Amino acid sequence: MSDAAATSSRTIRGLLGATRGTNGRLHWTDVFTYMYLGFGVLLMFGPVIWLVLSSFKTSSALLEFPPTFLPLGQIEIQVEGYDDPLPLFEATLEDGSVKQLAQVRRIGIMSQMVDPENPGETIQVPINRRTEVREFRMALENYRDPLERFDFTRYLYNSVVVTVVATLVTLLINSMAAYGLAIYEFRGRAAIMLLVIGTLMIPITVILVPVYLVVTSMGMINSLWAVILPGAATPTGVFLLRQYMLTIPRDLIEAARMDKASEWAIYWKVVLPLAMPAMAVLAIFSIMWRWNDFLWPLIVLNRSEVYTLQVGLNAFQGELDVQWHYILAMTVVTLIPVTLVFAFLQKFITTGIASSGMK
Amino acid sequence: MTEIRLSEVKKAYGSVDVIHGIDLVVDSGEFCVFVGPSGCGKSTLLRIIAGLEDITSGKVVIDGDTVNTIPASERGLAMVFQSYALYPHMSIYKNMAFGLENSKLPRAEIDERVNSAARMLQLQDYLHRKPKALSGGQRQRVAIGRAIVRDPKAFLFDEPLSNLDAELRVTMRKELAALHADIGGTMIYVTHDQVEAMTLADKIVVLQAGRIEQVGTPLDLYNKPQNVFVAGFIGSPRMNIFDATAEAGESGLILRCGPCAMAVPPIEGLAPGDACSFGIRPEHLDVTENHEADLVASCSLAEQLGGETYLYCDAEGLPQITAHRPGQLSVAEGQEVALRIDRTNLHVFDRNGQTLANGFAG
Repeated sequence: MSDAAATSSRTIRGLLGATRGTNGRLHWTDVFTYMYLGFGVLLMFGPVIWLVLSSFKTSSALLEFPPTFLPLGQIEIQVEGYDDPLPLFEATLEDGSVKQLAQVRRIGIMSQMVDPENPGETIQVPINRRTEVREFRMALENYRDPLERFDFTRYLYNSVVVTVVATLVTLLINSMAAYGLAIYEFRGRAAIMLLVIGTLMIPITVILVPVYLVVTSMGMINSLWAVILPGAATPTGVFLLRQYMLTIPRDLIEAARMDKASEWAIYWKVVLPLAMPAMAVLAIFSIMWRWNDFLWPLIVLNRSEVYTLQVGLNAFQGELDVQWHYILAMTVVTLIPVTLVFAFLQKFITTGIASSGMK
Repeated sequence: MTEIRLSEVKKAYGSVDVIHGIDLVVDSGEFCVFVGPSGCGKSTLLRIIAGLEDITSGKVVIDGDTVNTIPASERGLAMVFQSYALYPHMSIYKNMAFGLENSKLPRAEIDERVNSAARMLQLQDYLHRKPKALSGGQRQRVAIGRAIVRDPKAFLFDEPLSNLDAELRVTMRKELAALHADIGGTMIYVTHDQVEAMTLADKIVVLQAGRIEQVGTPLDLYNKPQNVFVAGFIGSPRMNIFDATAEAGESGLILRCGPCAMAVPPIEGLAPGDACSFGIRPEHLDVTENHEADLVASCSLAEQLGGETYLYCDAEGLPQITAHRPGQLSVAEGQEVALRIDRTNLHVFDRNGQTLANGFAG
């Protein structure tokens, strides 16, 4: 590759526009690559974009067929002599001319329309000879209503509390268990580790009832602790952190011991900072698990004050009537925090894998 | 000032004994070097003293207190590791202050101690860097500084120079010697490099396969090795050792070994007909005229260093012979060389490798 290409690839523009062909011509692999990447973007990002766009549609627009890509709303105008704003249509009149008319009311297959410029006279138009005049409009009430009326801010708050507290508890106790299993050598260490990994194979559905009984007998039903505590110790987390801690040079721990550090100080000041990359990975996992958790909160949270977002979303789904516009809007809301967290912590992972500083 | 005493210390991993009953006293303020080939148990012994390794039986006594059950953190020793073991996430300052913070010293005193150690080791400019940003020699100094600030009862060094290049190793060796002269603490130093041992030590402990072969001052070990292992291990290049048989001679014994027959005074413990071996250091082999020579060998390689010359010679029935002479010798490869063994520096060992005689008068 030439120097110019090498330098240009360092900027975002250069990176995105990088080609294998030189002098602005495209090599066939460039075409193939961009098509492949474009397909990937469509596949991965398409549903998310569809979700976001749909969340701004009104409930009637959502049910429309064929669906529109952009959220559109019918234009309504104020016409002299009518109290309410009237919807605007494009009507084909009997003489063949096309005109924008406002509809006063609809009677059967006929619609009674009025010309905004000449409000005195009403015109009868068959409904199949008129089309709605629409503009790009976002139905923000999809967001406003649930957040104001249905107490979604409360659910959001609950979800944040569950996620943050549970992740902190998970990180703390998992790293402590991992420290014990990685740093100390004792009889039965491998057996205990095997047991921990073995629990990975037990699906949640199997232990649902026993855990529910335990949680009930501890009186935690309908409190957020019922969601936070049972899943705090995860075999995945212990395994992940333990394997990472095994790679920390033993010399460092022994040096700390010679430096009069207590076991807690070794854990807190030496091992934990060095295990940060693994902790970040576990933090991301934990946040995603907790934020998206549905089944368990649904079981133990029965009062709407303690609902998490996912359970709250479920409430829009009645037996007879599904409020798609609210579900879509609130799904977008639930997506935002995880996306942000991932964006920030992912950067931490890639840059933060600290080399141990030892040869 | 600290005296460290080991008595009957044994260590086994499962059914494998690695340390077979070590008795040793390291006097207060002494620079003691454990030296031996890889796997001889010298690092294990150091870690036993440090408290990082349990012992199977025996006693470790520091300043009169038996410390067998006292954990490493409470023994008051400081250790410098081969890998330096600097905490990679802490600045140099933090690395050095870590031990003091754990001892709950006041901030001002920590600051003062770290700064004075940094001045001593010329690290003032690096205090706020991470270990990653330092060169090998600087990291080594930080590791030593971390030990110094603690003002420990004794310093333990586990092959601290083995990760440095040859030139830096010589420099650091001198700095360590100066440091010991400066602060005068008890130091135990593990190395497999006998040159380091000879140059640094007040007392050398030669270990092999978990046993002490000899303890003594560097020159004691050089002049009076107690057995063939120490004789071969101490000194560079290593001593020439020949298997021989004792025969009765006119005024004592004749040691016969291939083409070489050497008359020596009578030796206690060696009777005619006994198998034995004798050793002569390369620097004690003279190149002489033919009529004075004990053996004649052909030179297979001559290394001319200008100030000194090394000759590697072959003779039938003998292992390769190394001779070291000062100055420049005009010996070509393949040339016959007449060698005379200096009787005052001849070492004779019995069939078990124990020393029978170290040098003969005249």
